[in-house]
Amino acid sequence: MGTITMLSFETESPNKNAAWQGMLLDMNKFRADFPIFAESVNGKPLVYLDSAATTQKPRCVIDRVANFYAAENANIHRGVHRLSMEATEAYEKSRRRIASFLGASDAREIVFVRGTTEGINLIAQTLGRSTLGPGDEILITGLEHHSNIVPWQILCEQTGAVLRVASIDDRGEVIREEYTRLLSEKTKLVALSHVSNALGTINPVREMIAQAHEYNVPVLVDGAQAVPHMAVDVREMDCDFYVFSGHKMFGPTGIGALYGKASWLKELPPYQGGGDMIASVTFDKTIYAEVPAKFEAGTPNISGAIGLGEAIRYLQDAGMDRIAAYERELLEYATSCLMEMNQIRLIGTAQHKASVVSFVVDGVHAHDIGSILDMQGIAIRAGHHCAQPIMDRFGVPATVRASLAFYNTKGEIDALVTGLKKAIEMFG
Amino acid sequence: MSDELMDLYQELILDHSKRPRNKRKLNEANREADGHNPLCGDHVTIYLKLDGDTVADASFEGGGCAISTASASLMTEVLRGKSLEEAKEIFKNFHDLITGEPRESQESPGLGKLEVFSGVCRYPARVKCATLAWHTMNAALERSDAPVKTEE
Repeated sequence: MGTITMLSFETESPNKNAAWQGMLLDMNKFRADFPIFAESVNGKPLVYLDSAATTQKPRCVIDRVANFYAAENANIHRGVHRLSMEATEAYEKSRRRIASFLGASDAREIVFVRGTTEGINLIAQTLGRSTLGPGDEILITGLEHHSNIVPWQILCEQTGAVLRVASIDDRGEVIREEYTRLLSEKTKLVALSHVSNALGTINPVREMIAQAHEYNVPVLVDGAQAVPHMAVDVREMDCDFYVFSGHKMFGPTGIGALYGKASWLKELPPYQGGGDMIASVTFDKTIYAEVPAKFEAGTPNISGAIGLGEAIRYLQDAGMDRIAAYERELLEYATSCLMEMNQIRLIGTAQHKASVVSFVVDGVHAHDIGSILDMQGIAIRAGHHCAQPIMDRFGVPATVRASLAFYNTKGEIDALVTGLKKAIEMFG
Repeated sequence: MSDELMDLYQELILDHSKRPRNKRKLNEANREADGHNPLCGDHVTIYLKLDGDTVADASFEGGGCAISTASASLMTEVLRGKSLEEAKEIFKNFHDLITGEPRESQESPGLGKLEVFSGVCRYPARVKCATLAWHTMNAALERSDAPVKTEE
């Protein structure tokens, strides 16, 4: 495991309590599972506050992927030989694990995709193209990442459908009256983020889904920023589709999953054609495979899927509720530290938030903040976070975003504050 | 301040970012172009007053981060009195400096104080900040009507 660079927990606020202390001991243990925290950046201990872009990987995930290639590699769903059968079983076991993690009733409701973006495009190009026509409406919110905007714009161009957007208020919450008003008989699809990547706002998805269902409108939830931070139950939420990326939840890049209600997935046309998605092929007629194979043409990202399954096992061991409680405390601490600084204006102050503090600094551009923090070993994101409409809404070209995961510490928040003070001093 | 910070944010850059020169609309301008860096949200408008073959005056509006503002400010200072050919040559040399390309012509013409941007080539994410004003100036010279973007 090597030497782990631990930032001190000693500097935390005075309102220590036994529960927080107990939680610290637990989380301290988890941080040691991430080998990258033994690294230094620009000669400084790495302070990684960019988990909304991608999370770091625990040793068990890194080892699981390496071991697959070193000792288990074979293609799936094909060979009768031992390695192929075992690879297939490992791949399908990951699918079952994802189903249980999301509260899905059946592993066949889980489709492996490259990530959230591909999951959304899959629904746009299957459900969207087969059911939408001119004048039909797709409803999204003003909180969406480009990946939950552009696929729908493409679909609108293809079908003549119209994109509607329920805007957000000054705190970064969807204006519910507007959402309610925009839902109508014309609405054929709703797509919502569970948690905003740019602001951290948690959407009240359960209520919003119930509203859409009153019009029999299917709802897709972009869960990319939710699954690493909170327990998700797709049946309780009653979404029709839920998508997420493995790399934002401590798994490998290039793998993610789409959950779809079985009744929907059976009805949808295939996404891409190729091997593995067919039952039989002749030059006259092809019969497609059952779900989920129907949506998984070609050799998939096998090692990625297996690595993702391992990441989920790791998260389940850590406990999503415990992770959520720890991160809530951490986010509150970060928010209060930044609010004490006069030059900082928080962007996104929703009542319910997860993981993200986004802000601008008076007189200092986000990119200069980013470079100055980087030189101190602190990784944050500076820019529009693939959510330009949100930047426009708040009238800023870019924000600084610090995004947290359960391996972060209050000491790292203190390092961020020190770094910001240095930047302000330099440009002040 | 650490050496790394000074490498990128040299004193002259900080000075021009805090007190940009020639940051105004140039009413007598006969060339003008807009530049946009969608990654940063930075916008810049470059105004040039050409007198025959010479840049008689130059100014800018907009800007963004310290690097892009200082780059626009220093550029307007350097360009004044230069011939169109010299302006293009400086742009080329400046571009090579920023992107870490070996410069072909060390002599003609020298970059002078623009050398303060030499640290930028070690920060690939910031190269576009330093070159936005220059690409925009080049578009103004070429009378290209399309707004300049750093992203293709």
